Amino acid sequence: MSNIQWETVIGLEIHTQLKTKSKLFAGTSTQYGASPNSQVSLLEAAVPGTLPVFNEKVLRYAIRFGLAIDAKVIAKESRFDRKNYFYPDSPKGYQITQLKHPIVEHGTVIIQTEDGENKTIRVNRAHIEEDAGKSVHDKYADYSGIDLNRCGTPLIEIVSEPDMSNAKEAVAYMREIHTIVTHLGICDGNMQEGSFRCDANVSVRPIGQKELGTRTELKNINSFRFVEKAINVEVKRQIKLLESGEKVTQETRLYDSDKNETRAMRSKEEANDYRYFPDPDLLPVVIDQSYIDNERQFIPEFPAAKQARYIAELGLKEEDAKIIANDKELSGLFDETISLQKQSTPQMCANMLLGEYSSLLKADDGNSDKPVSSAQFSNLLENLAAGKISHKIAKVILEKIWNTEISADEIIEKESLAQVSDSGELDQIIKTLVENNPSQFDEYKQGNMKMFNFFVGQVMKQTKGRANPAQVKSILENF
Amino acid sequence: MKFQGISHISELIKNREISVQEVQRHYSERLSKYAKNLNCVISFTSDLTTEQVQQAQRMIDENKATVLTGIPLVHKDLFCTQGFATTCGSRMLENFIAPYNATVVENLQSSGAITLAKANMDEFAMGSSNENSYFGAVKNPWNLNKVPGGSSGGSAAAVAAGLVPFATGTDTGGSIRQPAALCGITGIKPTYGRASRYGMVAFASSLDQAGVLAKSAEDCAYALSTVCGFDEKDSTSAQVEKEDFSLNLKKPIKGMKIGIVRDWIDSLSAEIKEKTIQSISELENQGAEIVEIQLPTSHLAVSAYYVIAPAECSSNLSRFDGIRYGHRCENPEDINDLYIRSRTEGFGEEVKRRIMVGTWALSAGFYDAYYRKAQKIRRLIVNDFASAFEKVDVIAAPVSPEVAFDFNAKKDPVSMYNEDIFTIPSSLAGLPCLSMPIGLVDGLPVGLQLIGNKLQESQILNVAYQYQQNTEFHRLVPEGYDE
Repeated sequence: MSNIQWETVIGLEIHTQLKTKSKLFAGTSTQYGASPNSQVSLLEAAVPGTLPVFNEKVLRYAIRFGLAIDAKVIAKESRFDRKNYFYPDSPKGYQITQLKHPIVEHGTVIIQTEDGENKTIRVNRAHIEEDAGKSVHDKYADYSGIDLNRCGTPLIEIVSEPDMSNAKEAVAYMREIHTIVTHLGICDGNMQEGSFRCDANVSVRPIGQKELGTRTELKNINSFRFVEKAINVEVKRQIKLLESGEKVTQETRLYDSDKNETRAMRSKEEANDYRYFPDPDLLPVVIDQSYIDNERQFIPEFPAAKQARYIAELGLKEEDAKIIANDKELSGLFDETISLQKQSTPQMCANMLLGEYSSLLKADDGNSDKPVSSAQFSNLLENLAAGKISHKIAKVILEKIWNTEISADEIIEKESLAQVSDSGELDQIIKTLVENNPSQFDEYKQGNMKMFNFFVGQVMKQTKGRANPAQVKSILENF
Repeated sequence: MKFQGISHISELIKNREISVQEVQRHYSERLSKYAKNLNCVISFTSDLTTEQVQQAQRMIDENKATVLTGIPLVHKDLFCTQGFATTCGSRMLENFIAPYNATVVENLQSSGAITLAKANMDEFAMGSSNENSYFGAVKNPWNLNKVPGGSSGGSAAAVAAGLVPFATGTDTGGSIRQPAALCGITGIKPTYGRASRYGMVAFASSLDQAGVLAKSAEDCAYALSTVCGFDEKDSTSAQVEKEDFSLNLKKPIKGMKIGIVRDWIDSLSAEIKEKTIQSISELENQGAEIVEIQLPTSHLAVSAYYVIAPAECSSNLSRFDGIRYGHRCENPEDINDLYIRSRTEGFGEEVKRRIMVGTWALSAGFYDAYYRKAQKIRRLIVNDFASAFEKVDVIAAPVSPEVAFDFNAKKDPVSMYNEDIFTIPSSLAGLPCLSMPIGLVDGLPVGLQLIGNKLQESQILNVAYQYQQNTEFHRLVPEGYDE
């Protein structure tokens, strides 16, 4: 066993399917899960004479990503190249991509390392390209099936610099990119459906060595968990090879999650010569600064910034701020609701969101899409803050307005749920109670707080929970 | 009845002196009489013809006719024609039925023109003699032992023999102009981007351009006006207004500056040189000013072209893999065997040669030495023409260094490639250019090329029309093909 200490160097290429309605170069639908070859135009079938026409939405989405990662370059002129190779699920015999003039270059993403430090990961580039179809090898005995539905779906491939030093950092980076693209709304982030998948370039070198070791490329990993496992097992494999005096071969490898091992797909020598050249069917994409600036309005506040703002400006508890900021739905409702607030406070809103709201959502098993509007929610909170309803009643009302368009005001009115704060009515109730329970009242007078709770409980019982507790207390005290 | 061009037929039809069907029958009969011998047709589109005759007659009756309504044509067999075979002259697509119409086909259909057949061509438009068709060589109506030129040889032969008033063609490095010259007709390729490439089976995308072939510049103007137009389905389509190229024909060319390249003319054989100089003198007689110009990079054009065009072709033809349509070999062992044998069997020799050349030129390590350098030359040629057009309005040049040659005369591919020495420079620059007949040498036609500045189709058609007002060469009919 040698005593060399090894360090790991990782770079990721993340393929992000863009959430456009139609494909990169044709009007065909990109909907996932349709029956095989039902979403294929003449273009994707590579019928002779068909030509690509660039879907501008893709350009806008790619620019938004560039803005979100603070890219130094968002190209005023980007171009498409052809990457030539034969494979049945790529009917044209080439993939349209951007090799030499990508739309986005030199951005940064900040991740948190295991010891809580911030670390900057550089993004080398993000370019637009088309996805391939799918080959189905296990369904038929004598031949393979080809499904071209995915063919031509727009992707941006996000290529990092080799800035990550362990599998955990790689996962943190991948999660951060996932957060960015899903918050931008340019990708649905669904890893099971392959909307978000990655290739990892992994190498090791002795600590202190400047040159990078020989890398291998782990292909098509589609979960955060597998990225971590695949990298760890590959790092172990490489170190073992090097320590036994062997060499790492530059090659493409596949991670087998069942066996938790990687195995070679093809080596550099067998690699295709893709014969890239500019696609003569497409003109350079030329835009001006105002086109880019116009996309800024679509850049949302990202979770890290949101969390900081919630704590600093709104005084939210750190834990609450973190949970809300990292959930797109919750933070959306939160931001809208607090903009409507008058008497209620952001923390009240957070409490209700993380308490009653979240448990109702959980009970719905994720079947509700925006079960309560911000108007409904703030109306509920305002009633609570004004003392018109108790916390307990608020919960009841939330259930009643859930998945409806009814306001809390309407429920309170219709079901007479407003707290009884009218001292005349409460005076009368308490007076009767005291008269009917003289011994309990005496005990209370002598300082037995149990009896105080008894009276409050009785008042609540008679008012069906609508009595304002503070007022009951004040009346009793002064009786 | 002897027809005298598109406007004559159009007038007869509009005046009800003849019906659309009678015109169609006249040409269909000629086609069935001569097409087989000339081998200029790959397939007839009878059902479509019948349908279009009815449509055209309706347009006439409803006074919605255009100048092309009821005018028969043949389409070069690389324009997708919905429901009909579109073979591209290849075994690969022998049984391919196009599922949609090319924009050019669509435009002509809307104008009421009548499609009679799909014309023979060099396989995938690669060739200068039409000997590269899987369906056999086309013969030149002027002499059946001679080639008609290529790749639009079927279209050119059909027009020259009077089997149709006009035909569509495509021109990548001379494929309209050279066969037009060798068959003694007029053929024009517009500015790159003027005619949509949608539905045209691609050879070299940055050069391919649709155009038309007819007897006269006037007929070319009518047909080209219909063929051209911006098309959002083609990203390289020029965003310019639709233009009627016939409006400018009658303008006198007095005072127009016509450039000539002395070296090009001096390189010609004595007889062709004489005809060329005579035709230029005719333009001078009409008042044009002849100006000598230089195109200093043009001697590199053929070399650059035979890197760029094959490079694009190697990629464009990758889709012919035997998987979804087209020729597939019997009993493939695996996917690679399927690819290799389907393509080996499906493509002819010249197509395979160009795929190989292009694949090599794009390969890692060779890209800079070939493809990039060729693109640089292309830019220099574009600049050459730009400076020339600062001095002149139109350039007059030879089309082909020789008249129609014998079959199998050019076994060395490079000697065949040099056929295009005068047509390739303007192709690389994407400029509009035409060929018009200027006389016979040894009983075979000679053409003159007119090259215009970007989008100046109407100017070169104007010059050709004026030339044809004072000459009869475009009216010559090869022996045995009198109407």
